[in-house]
Amino acid sequence: MSFNARTIRLGSCMALGLVLAVLPFLVNNYWTDVCVSIGLYALLALSLNVILGQAGIFHMGHAAFYAVGAYTTAILNTMFQWPIFWTMPLAGCAAGLVALVVARPIIHLRGDYLLIVTIGIVEIVRIALVNDIFGITGGSNGIFGISRPTVAGFRIVKSFHFYYLVWGMCGLSLLLFHFLWNSRVGRALNYIKADDIAAEGCGVDVSHYKLMAFVLGAFWAGMAGTLYSAKMLTIAPASFNFMESVIIFAVVILSGGSQLGVLVSAFLFIGLPELMRGLTESRMLFFGLAMMLMMVWRPQGLLPPLPRVYTKARAVLDRMAAHDSDAKPSTTQEKTL
Amino acid sequence: MSLLEVCDITKIFGGLVALNEVDFTVEKGSVVGLIGPNGAGKTTVFNCITGNYVPESGDILFRGKSIRGKKPHKVVELGIARTFQAIRLFGKLSVLENVLAGRHCRLKSGLLSSLFHTPAQRREEEAAVERCLEELHFVGLDRVWQEEAGSLAYGSQRLLEIARALASDPELLILDEPAGGMNDQETASLVDVIAAIRERGTTVLLIEHDMRLVMKICEKLVVLEHGNVIAKGDPETVKTNPDVIEAYLGTDDGDDEEY
Repeated sequence: MSFNARTIRLGSCMALGLVLAVLPFLVNNYWTDVCVSIGLYALLALSLNVILGQAGIFHMGHAAFYAVGAYTTAILNTMFQWPIFWTMPLAGCAAGLVALVVARPIIHLRGDYLLIVTIGIVEIVRIALVNDIFGITGGSNGIFGISRPTVAGFRIVKSFHFYYLVWGMCGLSLLLFHFLWNSRVGRALNYIKADDIAAEGCGVDVSHYKLMAFVLGAFWAGMAGTLYSAKMLTIAPASFNFMESVIIFAVVILSGGSQLGVLVSAFLFIGLPELMRGLTESRMLFFGLAMMLMMVWRPQGLLPPLPRVYTKARAVLDRMAAHDSDAKPSTTQEKTL
Repeated sequence: MSLLEVCDITKIFGGLVALNEVDFTVEKGSVVGLIGPNGAGKTTVFNCITGNYVPESGDILFRGKSIRGKKPHKVVELGIARTFQAIRLFGKLSVLENVLAGRHCRLKSGLLSSLFHTPAQRREEEAAVERCLEELHFVGLDRVWQEEAGSLAYGSQRLLEIARALASDPELLILDEPAGGMNDQETASLVDVIAAIRERGTTVLLIEHDMRLVMKICEKLVVLEHGNVIAKGDPETVKTNPDVIEAYLGTDDGDDEEY
C-alpha cells in the first residue's frame, strides 16, 4: 500500500513538474503573473514548512523575514547599485541574522505562547519600516526604482521570465529540503515535533535544532524577499503585514507537512480566490467554507509526509540473518544468556 | 573510582524534600537496583542524574567529573542513556527511526552536509542505519523495523526504548521500571537482555518493583524511602534489613510516580 502511495506521489510530482514547465505557453500574461505569485508563496511556505511542518514550531511571523530580505535587496540595489542577484545571499543572511537575534530568547517557549511572540515580531518589523528606521526604508511609501535582475547579460523583465526564475528556485528548494528531511537534521526536527522531552532525553540538543530550523527558514524567506523586490520593483511595508504571515502559515497547515502538499496547498490558497473572482464579494465566504470542510474531513492536512525510505536496511538485515544461521551450529551466543 | 557517584544530593519541590542527601555509587560493569516504595523519590534521583532536574545541593560525578546542572542531551553525549517510566517513544515514527534518535548524538552531519547530501553524509547515514538495526536485532525487534513504534505491543515498546538508549553507546544505562506492565514471559526475556547488556560491558542502574527480577540480576541494591537512603548493599543483606522490611510492609503499592 505504501509502495502504491509512494508511486502515486512521485507520479504526481513529475506531472506537476511537467505542467509547470509548459504552463506559461498555455495561459495569458495575467495567469502567468498569478502563477509567479503562487510560486513566491510556495517558496515562503516551503521555508516555513521546515520550521512549522518539520519541527512543529508555531511561527506566525514569517512575513517579517520576507520583509527583511526584500528591504535588504531594495536598499543595496537602489542606494549602492548592487546587482539584484548579488544581494540575494545577503538578503538571506540578513533575515537569518534577525531570526537568530529575535528567536534566541524565545525559542524555549511552547506552542501558542511562541505563536503570540512571533506575531509580535512581524508587527515590530512592519512598524519599524513604516517609521523609516535609520532613514533608509522610505517610511510607508517604501522603496521604488529597484532595477531588473540580469543573468549573464540577460535581463529578466517579462512575466514568464520571472515565472521560470521563481519556480526554478522552488524546484531547487524542493530538492534541498528533501535531502534535509532525509537526514539526521530532518529526523531531529521530527523528534522535537513529536516529543521534545524525549528528544532531549535521547541526546538531541532541542534548542539548538529549533534555532537552526528557524534561521534556515528565515534565510530562505529572505531570499524569497529578493525575488519579490525584483518582481515588484517597488516595495512597501503594507506588503509584509500580519495577514501575509497568516496566509503562509495556513498554506503550511493545509499542506499536511509534505513538500508536494505545500505546492498543492499554495495553488489552492492563492489560485482558488483568483478563480473565484467572478463571485466577487462572496468569494471569501466560499473560501472560508472550503477551509471549514477541510478541517472536518481532513484535519491532518492534504498530504502528510510518507514514511522515510531506508534502502540499505533490507540488505543489512539479510546479511545479519545469514550471519546468524552461520553462527548457529557452533555457538548460540546472546540468546542463551 | 566509581563510574557514577551520587554525593549527598538534595532536591526540594516547594516545601517538599523529595531527596534528602541521597548518596550512593555505581561501580563500572555492575547492575545496580534502586528500589523503594512508591513516592520514595527513585525517579527523582534518575531525573537528577540525567539532567532533567538540578539538585539543590550535593553533586553527581560521572567518571570523576561533575555532571550536575548539565543539560539532558549533554549527559547522553557524555555516556548516560535512559529509558522513561511512562514510555516515551516517537509513536508515529518507525521503529528504526526511534533507534536512530538514540544514535543522533554520535553522528556528525550538520545542516550544510545534510542540505547538499554530501557523500560523507550518506556514508554516515548508512553506517548509522546498520548500527541501529544491530541494536534492534540485539533486543529482538529487527523484524518489525518498518512498523510504527506506537503500534508495537507494550513489552516490545519497552525493549525498543532500551534499543534506542543503547544506540548512543552509553557507558551507563539507566532503566526506569523496565519490566513495568510486562507479563512473565516478557520479563524473562528482559532479564536475558539486561544480562546481555552487562556482557557488553555496559553498566546498568535500574528502578524496578518486580522483586524477583531485582534479586536475580542486581548485585547491589539501594533502598530509598521518603527521599532517604535507608539501606544499600548486596540483595541478601538488604532483604533482611529490618528498616527495609518495615518500609515495604508498612506501605502498599498504590499509584505510580509520574514521569
